[in-house]
Amino acid sequence: MSKQIQQVETVTIRFVGDSGDGMQLTGTEFTRANALAGTDLATFPDYPAEIRAPAGSLAGVSGYQVNFGSREIHTPGDAPDVLVAMNPAALKTNLADLRQGGILIVNKGAFTEGNLEKAAYKTNPLDDETLKHTYKVVSVDMSMLTDHALQGSGLSSKETARCRNYFALGLMYWLYSRPMEQQLEQIAKKFGKKPQFVEANQKVFKAGYAFGETAEIGLARYEVPASKLAPGAYRTVTGNYAVALGFATMAKITGKQVFLGSYPITPATEILQEMAYFKEHGVVTFQAEDEIAGIGSAIGASFGGALACTTTSGPGLALKAEMMGLAVIAELPLVIVNVQRGGPSTGMPTKTEQSDLLVALFGRHGEAPLPVIAAQSPADCFWAAMEAMRCAVKWMTPVVLLTDGYLGNGSEPFKIPTAAELPKFEVKYQTTVNHDGQYMPYKRDAKLIRPWAVPGTPGLEHRIGGLEKDSMSGMVSYDGMNHERMVLTRAQKIANVVEDVPDVEVYGAASGDVLLVSWGGTFGSVRGAAEQLVQQGKSVGHVHLRWLNPLPKNLLEVMKRFKKVFVPEVNNGQLAFYLRGMFPGIDPLQYNRINGKPIKMAELAAKVLEVL
Amino acid sequence: MAENTSLPVYTKKDFESGVDPRWCPGCGDFSIINQVQKALPAAGKKREDIVFISGIGCSSRFPYYMNNYGMHTLHGRAPSFASGLKVSRPELMVWIVTGDGDALAIGGNHFIHAMRRNIDLKMLMFNNRIYGLTKGQTSPTSEIGKKTKSMPHGSPDAPFNPPALALGAGATFVARTIDVEGAHMGAVLKAAAEHKGSGFTEIYQNCPVFNDGAYTAITEKSVKVDALLRMEHGKPLLFGKDNKKGIRFNPQTAELEVVTLGEGGVTEKDVLVHDVKRDDPTIAFMMANLALKPGFPTPIGVFRAVSRPTAEDLTWQMIEAAKTKKGDVDVTKLLAGGDTWQIK
Ligand SMILES: Cc1ncc(C[n+]2csc(CCOP(=O)(O)OP(=O)(O)O)c2C)c(N)n1
Ligand code: SF4
Repeated sequence: MSKQIQQVETVTIRFVGDSGDGMQLTGTEFTRANALAGTDLATFPDYPAEIRAPAGSLAGVSGYQVNFGSREIHTPGDAPDVLVAMNPAALKTNLADLRQGGILIVNKGAFTEGNLEKAAYKTNPLDDETLKHTYKVVSVDMSMLTDHALQGSGLSSKETARCRNYFALGLMYWLYSRPMEQQLEQIAKKFGKKPQFVEANQKVFKAGYAFGETAEIGLARYEVPASKLAPGAYRTVTGNYAVALGFATMAKITGKQVFLGSYPITPATEILQEMAYFKEHGVVTFQAEDEIAGIGSAIGASFGGALACTTTSGPGLALKAEMMGLAVIAELPLVIVNVQRGGPSTGMPTKTEQSDLLVALFGRHGEAPLPVIAAQSPADCFWAAMEAMRCAVKWMTPVVLLTDGYLGNGSEPFKIPTAAELPKFEVKYQTTVNHDGQYMPYKRDAKLIRPWAVPGTPGLEHRIGGLEKDSMSGMVSYDGMNHERMVLTRAQKIANVVEDVPDVEVYGAASGDVLLVSWGGTFGSVRGAAEQLVQQGKSVGHVHLRWLNPLPKNLLEVMKRFKKVFVPEVNNGQLAFYLRGMFPGIDPLQYNRINGKPIKMAELAAKVLEVL
Repeated sequence: MAENTSLPVYTKKDFESGVDPRWCPGCGDFSIINQVQKALPAAGKKREDIVFISGIGCSSRFPYYMNNYGMHTLHGRAPSFASGLKVSRPELMVWIVTGDGDALAIGGNHFIHAMRRNIDLKMLMFNNRIYGLTKGQTSPTSEIGKKTKSMPHGSPDAPFNPPALALGAGATFVARTIDVEGAHMGAVLKAAAEHKGSGFTEIYQNCPVFNDGAYTAITEKSVKVDALLRMEHGKPLLFGKDNKKGIRFNPQTAELEVVTLGEGGVTEKDVLVHDVKRDDPTIAFMMANLALKPGFPTPIGVFRAVSRPTAEDLTWQMIEAAKTKKGDVDVTKLLAGGDTWQIK
């Protein structure tokens, strides 16, 4: 049988198994291979909330999807072309997503009676004829082959079992014609301290590759050529890492301390963990006793002149609400990163959702407006974090940066900017008196921004706090007219931020039938759907909002150029609701998914076709 | 350029903001601010390097009346702001002003964590055993049975003993003083200012409006010699008329007891010598609980002052170590960390 290599443009692969099967590792390692081969890519890890659900159970299935290709990749892909299932539970929960005619690789060895029962299979699905008619099934006893490969290695059966994922990885390397050397080196690096594991994993990995080479599994080999990404240096980043990197970069370019006060919460925790490694770059991290103390410590540091930030997810944002109000009235710079997840309450912690838009915009008591921006892809989190910090410091205001679990955990290639491509930004503190030989902390400039004088500066001693302030001295004021003036002034200041908000650019049709309006992490899905529709010659445009407050100046005018405005969101319609309120007369159609998963391009495109 | 870093000579006036305090006439807070303003010129810090952070309550208006940097924050949360500020800017001297409700009810969690971390924060907790600002509800230090506006039939809840709580949470400095004991307070504030680490000072404060006379049972001229025990480091724990009474540790019962010198062969040698530097907090804890036992005096002064590395110093040592190890990392190297590849 000929082993000809077929060229394909894009491939989506999903690895699924028990949460102890190492699927996240397998997925990231295979992603790395594709990144190093120069393809564009996007990934989506999907893992259970339980740290260790019972082995083999439906609740314990962990998955990792990667979409890579020689053309631009917007999302981790709708329906996988290849599904690698390590046990019956994984097969059961994921098979429906595999595209018709796709490749199904299963670890036959795990289809034991016990595992079938745990997955609630009455009969072994591998014996089912329709499975073989619908998909290209490769049923391999990875357990047995791994055991064979490691005979005499001295590893226990438990340790042997943990190497199985490298068999699957080896097979995928063969199938997609990736060079083995890099992976062998990587294994050596990863298990460097334990030579017996280096050897074992390398052996199993090679066995997987050799199996593809020698066994008559009836599959052609594929090759996905390098993409036409812009020339430059790249690395893969997750959204959470990119946020951390963005903040650390702000410390570098300003020469100021970045202070993070935070409390762990899924899926935002990694930002704290990553930033703790950036000490030498001028980052100080403080693991607080709760979210309130996380933001409190950050406001304290901001009062002291640090570039302060706090990171959290939905329930933590709720706790921070009172403090956000204080930061608004104290007019101190602060970035609040909210990596959104399924709600309400503790909701679905490991699943993605865009359901905190309204709380970010309005979730404080009193009149407490602040800028809100959202990142659109994992790599964009880097730029969004820097932009949020610049905005906070320039305008002396707290800023909410919204990302979500899908962006935070997902990864894609990040074009590493050169030093010259980084924004220039200087942080200035007030060092002199500003009014009749006195320092007036609330005396504003033409843009309504107040000065930032920090403790340690002689002669500018002053007191601020949460009570309404006199519009000059910042002293407590109960004067009703002063309060009204201050409320309006604070609102106007945030409205003035619009000078930094770029106009939206329309992709596709400049005017016509349907304008898709999206925000945040759905960028890839919506742009992908728009591309499909535009290619079909439909009169469809797409604008994506980075700025949710203030909204771009030209948004209304752009929306008016289309017959219908259509808002897809991973929530029950929050942006749509907001647009209706902001722009009377605009009544968007909605497409909402709230199933813990990102929007699929094909599904969205089909919905748009229905309303065209 | 050589800078003159020597301290200006301050007087009390330098620490007054010029804003008239708006506390009720006779409020204990007046005497406290007076003593703090008197103590600061000797604190060894420039005025601009001293920060007062408060929560919410009558006591927490304090920063407005001081001529330093200050923040009047949110109910119970002052320790979190202070912690962030101090970790970020360790060279500043950071004081926290709080009340019993502020620190121990809504702020209980922040309070214990500030104490355990040993960040160099100087907390002054004004204890009037009532909520003043919200006009007279039960506080976490109100006695069982106390009738208040929110508990008209008397409080069923056992109170906190603040110094014991601070000790339990790991505070490295714990003290108690009283608003009407000006000189005593001055000495305690001096010790608090000198301590480097998490410092907790409870100040008994009379609220003439909602809890008048809360402390008269120990502060009245006629009773205080027997009711108050003034702890001094290195000195025996003596009190009462002519210092005739003392505190002895009874090894049989493992408890503290009151003894009278000259009775039953008791001499000064039997009396416990106060040692604020004792690393084990057990005796300090017993002292903190002393007043709860009938017939025992209320100790005032410093319970404990031990020296430990502070959290902010450890944080910055780690930062310096990382810098030394990694060298001068420029932004290009930061961005290019990890696996990278080139697209041509
Ligand atoms: C979140 C929040 N809850 C409640 C209040 C109302 N409140 C203000 S001060 C206070 C109690 C203050 O008591 P204490 O700390 O003993 O201070 P005092 O006024 O007696 O000095 C309360 C309940 C508030 N400001 N914020
Ligand atoms: S209510 Fe009590 S604590 Fe508050 S100012 Fe008046 S006297 Fe002082």
